[in-house]
Amino acid sequence: MQISRRSFLKLSGATTLSVMLADLGFDLSQASAQVRGFKIKSAKATPTICPYCSVGCGILIYNENGKLVNAEGDPDHPINQGSLCSKGAAVYQLHENERRLKKPLYRAPGSDKWEEKDWEWMIEKIAERAKKTRDANFTVKETVTVPQTGQAADIVVNRTEAIGCLGGAALDNEECYLLQKLMRGMGLVYIEHQARI
Amino acid sequence: MTNHWIDLKNTDLALIIGGNPAENHPLSFKWLTKAKEDRGARIIHVDPRFTRTSAKADIYAKMRSGTDIAFIGGIFNYILQNDLYHKEYVLNYTNAPLLIDPGYKFEDGLFSGYNPEKRSYSTDTWKYQTDAEGKPLKDMSLSSPYCVLNLMKKHYERYDIDTVCKVTGTPRDVYQQILENVAAMGAKDKTMTIMYAMGTTQHTVGSQNVRSYAMLQLLLGNIGRPGGGVNAMRGESNVQGSTDMALLFHILPGYIGTPAAKPEHATLQAYLEKETPKSGYWSNKPKFMVSMLKAFWGKAAVKENEFAYQYLPKLNAAKNYSHIALFEAGAKGDLKGLFAFGQNPVVGGPNSEIEAKALENLDWMVAVDLWETETAAFWSRPGAKPADIKTEVFLLPACASYEKEGTISNSGRWIQYRWKGVEPAGESKADLDIINELGNRLKKLYAGSTRAEDAPIRDLHWDYGQGACDIDRVAREINGYDTTTGKLVPGFAKLMDDGSTCSGNWIMSGMYPEEGKNLTQRRDNKDKSKIGTYLNWSFSWPANRRIIYNRCSADLTGSPWAADKAVIWWDPLQSKWVGEDVPDFNATLAPDKPGGCNPFIMRPEGLGGIFGLNAMKEGPFPEHYEPWDTPLDRNPFSGQLLNPVVKVWRPEEMGTPDKFPIVATTYRLSEHWQAGAMTRNVPWLAELFPDMFVEIGEDLAKEKGINNGDMVVVASARGEIKCYAMVTRRFEAFNLDGRTVHQVGLPWHYGFKGIATGETANVLTPHIGDGNTMIPEYKAFLVDVRRAG
Repeated sequence: MQISRRSFLKLSGATTLSVMLADLGFDLSQASAQVRGFKIKSAKATPTICPYCSVGCGILIYNENGKLVNAEGDPDHPINQGSLCSKGAAVYQLHENERRLKKPLYRAPGSDKWEEKDWEWMIEKIAERAKKTRDANFTVKETVTVPQTGQAADIVVNRTEAIGCLGGAALDNEECYLLQKLMRGMGLVYIEHQARI
Repeated sequence: MTNHWIDLKNTDLALIIGGNPAENHPLSFKWLTKAKEDRGARIIHVDPRFTRTSAKADIYAKMRSGTDIAFIGGIFNYILQNDLYHKEYVLNYTNAPLLIDPGYKFEDGLFSGYNPEKRSYSTDTWKYQTDAEGKPLKDMSLSSPYCVLNLMKKHYERYDIDTVCKVTGTPRDVYQQILENVAAMGAKDKTMTIMYAMGTTQHTVGSQNVRSYAMLQLLLGNIGRPGGGVNAMRGESNVQGSTDMALLFHILPGYIGTPAAKPEHATLQAYLEKETPKSGYWSNKPKFMVSMLKAFWGKAAVKENEFAYQYLPKLNAAKNYSHIALFEAGAKGDLKGLFAFGQNPVVGGPNSEIEAKALENLDWMVAVDLWETETAAFWSRPGAKPADIKTEVFLLPACASYEKEGTISNSGRWIQYRWKGVEPAGESKADLDIINELGNRLKKLYAGSTRAEDAPIRDLHWDYGQGACDIDRVAREINGYDTTTGKLVPGFAKLMDDGSTCSGNWIMSGMYPEEGKNLTQRRDNKDKSKIGTYLNWSFSWPANRRIIYNRCSADLTGSPWAADKAVIWWDPLQSKWVGEDVPDFNATLAPDKPGGCNPFIMRPEGLGGIFGLNAMKEGPFPEHYEPWDTPLDRNPFSGQLLNPVVKVWRPEEMGTPDKFPIVATTYRLSEHWQAGAMTRNVPWLAELFPDMFVEIGEDLAKEKGINNGDMVVVASARGEIKCYAMVTRRFEAFNLDGRTVHQVGLPWHYGFKGIATGETANVLTPHIGDGNTMIPEYKAFLVDVRRAG
């Protein structure tokens, strides 16, 4: 069996290493151990779960002196047992990526560009906008007809229909919980996310 | 999923319909491959396009988009006409022998109770016949014409092989093979799994598509058993968790219905009386609801104020607030502000140009993301004039999943912990910290208010720290604790309705049962079970049960139906259910005691619902209707072309086959993900699939004079886009009763931002949704294709 350097490197990261090497018919264990050693010798491995599809594969994040040095399939994870698909194998580039947003950005009405702002300013302005919109568009009571009697009845509704909230499938459970709690606390009913679409 | 990913290894047959796991859930195939190798399992793939899943299947059946109910209805007919269902299971564990009201009728595509003006049903006749005490009547001999099984048999006798294949376009011989293979799974020692995804749900009949799968699994006795179940392959890493947490207008955490402005929801007492069934596990709903209110409003929620029930926003009972409705409100200018946490509707929303335009009407929008998405930058999209767009936009940098900690729930309901592996990039922050800070700031703004309408936010229990959010406190609140002592509750069975406990989401209660034991962090991968339940790895809701309704895995005496299909069984010596999974049943209720053979504990009668009482808006049995955009001018099964209960938002935007003769669907690629921001910004992935394309079969390409790699225009009744043509043999024309109809497919990942850019497929899709959920009909619409220029 022919083996290129590229596929050899790929194999060297697999957990079923010994089995796969045996299949190749020659012993690569010494060489592969060296490659492995170079890459992650003194790095700290932290388990995470893939952020893409919902299979929930385990991934190990390797950090050396505060820097991300590698990310690969978690061999101890019962579902993926070290394997990853094309997306899972690319999670390294989610952190090491010049396109990541590094600062809060603001776009003024009518403007054609972003301006960098600090967090404090952004959170303050967002809270002010949310309060203003909510307070100006808040329904406390709604009058409905009671079907049995045909009479009108006032029902407390405490809602605003002027603000919407989208998203959640990319958030953690704890984040989803707080997000819906805050939004319901503000009286939102337009609370929706990816599961609907 | 009723089951979980590793459980796929226990199956004898995988029916994969409306999904493409080999490409979109690649690691799931590890377990299907194992089932093939270890137990000779077979795979059937039903899809309009021949994908990598088809390539790994034993039988591939092509099926025109939007015809699942016809396809499954034909299987029902075959099983029922030939008595091939799992008799003992069906007779005892489902509502098959129960008698239905004699007023129930079905004629020409409509069930009894239809109101054409309102496009809705009165469900008065969709009910059981009952005795004087209100208990359903049944006929265990199955001879009554009113029993569910006979009504079902009658309903589906129209779904003969010829009619089905004329509608679905499936070759008759292939369909015949599928009927035989699937029906063989009604044997006691066999199980079939059904795996589906958005190819099933994104239709005007999406919910009924899923329901038809569940009914098939009940007929075959495959629910609650290893290698069985109805298994939704969900699209995002935590879309299961975000659904459980109710980031949806119609539910509160743990699938408790949102109250609406109607007399029966006017008070907590009225709400609980109306919404709590008298029997089944949902009879505990008051405990879950009150504990949730205590989690939301803490000390401000007391018995005297209905535990702050009136603080919960109530829906207008006549209105829908789902995604499509939200953007229709935006289009009218009724929406003033919008938060978007990692969601990108300008690419992912149906009829996406409408959705982008709706953003122009907002006063302000907050986008929280890792990237500058098309939604965050909607004001600079091609063709937009920024100077005319007055929306103020706040774009907050969120950190990546491994730059923070927290849990996510996979499709199999495993709640797994993720630890922080590296510091956040730049000034990016965890969404948790962003939400907490926003909450802190809003609380401060409302702190001094004495206005009654400000009480819900002023009194919201919000105590997670300043700056960084204390995630452990959030986890405790979700699990629940004693509101006096702060002691964690061991699980939802201990929640109370008197305010003495809180729990933010009852179904997850038990994940953090005692001090120092957040079970979602468990990583013990040693598993001695034959079926691979991995009970000590993370925590699965509910109560760490891995296979839902697993009482069904045992027969009437409490013994497994087959030795290699054992999950739990009754141990008479210990007088309890034991086995390889946590019983999803009263652990000490013997099979010979009342209720001991009623395995569907969430149902009031404890039985699987072959007949759906009033759960579905279209009727008790799924019926085939054509998509909103259909290539047919009549429905061969009835006089109803379109689902009679769907809400029509934009009647003028219907595509007709005279102008748009080709069926289209959207789909996903292994190398990209959803609306694309998470992959089109990643160089390795962008390089693998750099451009937008439409996939066209060789026969259609020849007819249109289109070559592989040509630029083409794809047009629908909503708009048109330009992209490359990818000509393949994976789409083949359908023969629909002698007429040739082509289908094409488009990946929906592309937009104008990122490294890999392209025009957006959703410009073409309609703003119409399913009759129950309002999920958009992305998977069956009409287009035409022509060479560009």
